[in-house]
Amino acid sequence: MALPYYVSPEQMMADKAEYAKKGIAKGRSIVAMEFADGVLLVADNPSASLHKISEMYDRIAFSGAGKYNEFEMLRKAGIRHADLKGYTYSREDVTARSLANAYSQSIGSIFSVEPKPLEVELLVVEVGQGDKPNEIYRISYDGSIIDEKGVAAIGGKADALLTFLKARWTAPTISLREALRLSIEALDTVTNQKLGAEGLEVAVLDRTRTGRTFRRIGSAEIKSLVA
Amino acid sequence: MSFFLDPHGSSFYDFLAGRGPEPLPLHQAPQIGSQPAASGVPGTSALPAVPHGTTVLAIRYQDGVLMAGDRQATEGFQVAGRRIDKVFKTDEHSVIAIAGAAGPSLELARLFQIELEHYEKLEGDMLSCEGKANKLAQMVRGNLPMAFQGLVVIPLFAGYDLKRREGRIFKYDVTGGRYEETEYHATGSGGKDARDTMKQLYRRGLKEAQALRIALEALYNAAEEDVGTGGPDLVRGIYPTVKVISEKGVRDLEESKIAETCNALINERRERV
Repeated sequence: MALPYYVSPEQMMADKAEYAKKGIAKGRSIVAMEFADGVLLVADNPSASLHKISEMYDRIAFSGAGKYNEFEMLRKAGIRHADLKGYTYSREDVTARSLANAYSQSIGSIFSVEPKPLEVELLVVEVGQGDKPNEIYRISYDGSIIDEKGVAAIGGKADALLTFLKARWTAPTISLREALRLSIEALDTVTNQKLGAEGLEVAVLDRTRTGRTFRRIGSAEIKSLVA
Repeated sequence: MSFFLDPHGSSFYDFLAGRGPEPLPLHQAPQIGSQPAASGVPGTSALPAVPHGTTVLAIRYQDGVLMAGDRQATEGFQVAGRRIDKVFKTDEHSVIAIAGAAGPSLELARLFQIELEHYEKLEGDMLSCEGKANKLAQMVRGNLPMAFQGLVVIPLFAGYDLKRREGRIFKYDVTGGRYEETEYHATGSGGKDARDTMKQLYRRGLKEAQALRIALEALYNAAEEDVGTGGPDLVRGIYPTVKVISEKGVRDLEESKIAETCNALINERRERV
């Protein structure tokens, strides 16, 4: 019987990480940004029907970058988790922290056990109620989880976007118009192109709404906000 | 519906059922005795008496559907609650009203509301009005074992069909039979009296205020004839709940307007006797 080749755990993890990073680097990017009335999410997405940003629960939104089938599967699992929790206990017991933890666990265990890691990066965002702060969690292909403040970015150009935004974003008191302009400027700069309203997917978690706070912003509204 | 590679599909109800019966109260009835509970009246019941919701109704008017319910829950010969709500908004364009055993009915309403939201989030699209009505039929059918134990759940469903641009009313039976009504319907212990009143007063193309008046009159008559149904409580200021469903969405009618119409109705009756 032939012995299997020995590969050191370090080498195996490094190979998997490189594979996942390559997959994510091919994808388009997404920006999340706190503004006065909540959190804004902007994705570079030419499709009007295949979403990268979606509603998860009353005050929670989800966004995925990388391989569509993989983050779509994670999105559905998250909605089931959230709805089941809300049904079993109460709507206010569904939190982004618990969702982000669940994602981190699942993605992390797939990264260490499965031969192929998931080529995805996720953002789980919650808008605070009353004077509670917003929460932005970024989850990577290996299950690592980062608690971001103010701005966050995922996808192929995440690092460049984050550097650009950290230098320009001032405070969570900026208006929706300012936040949207800054997000689009950041995406335009790192991708070296001019993204029109049709090439963007935009949504907000609106602190001023009660119940379901998630709202998509259509291309007509984007145009009027940016003009 | 599930795509066959995806074990759960887009239905929260199927997802819960697939996880085992424990979280889903509507599927399994406790086996207590062999006698049916006969509407919770003590003495005839194998189950202990449980609160029952009584009369709810729906009536079509020019912009959509108006739905109303009395506020009383009845447990045997006792009043179990004076302020319960039986009319619930389930999404932007639909409302469910419940009559029957209050526990499973309220659970059905809550589960149906989550079902619609769950589908909308997973699919990125709302269910059609017809689709919602059919899903509710399956959920009522799921309650059939409990109905045999006397815990009957009979919802009334009204939605605004955005494609047809009209309001629609659906009634159900315990086996999950789904029937569409084109004018009005009422269900619950005072349902027959409410239907009789609406039969006399209904016309096509009613205005909102006229539909409200007819609905309140129907509930008032039901409360007069049926011991389970509660009339307007003038001492505590408790009036029926009324919701309207139109193209613009679901709206609660202001309590002041309901109270005003109720009081006008009572004054007219007073002059008659």
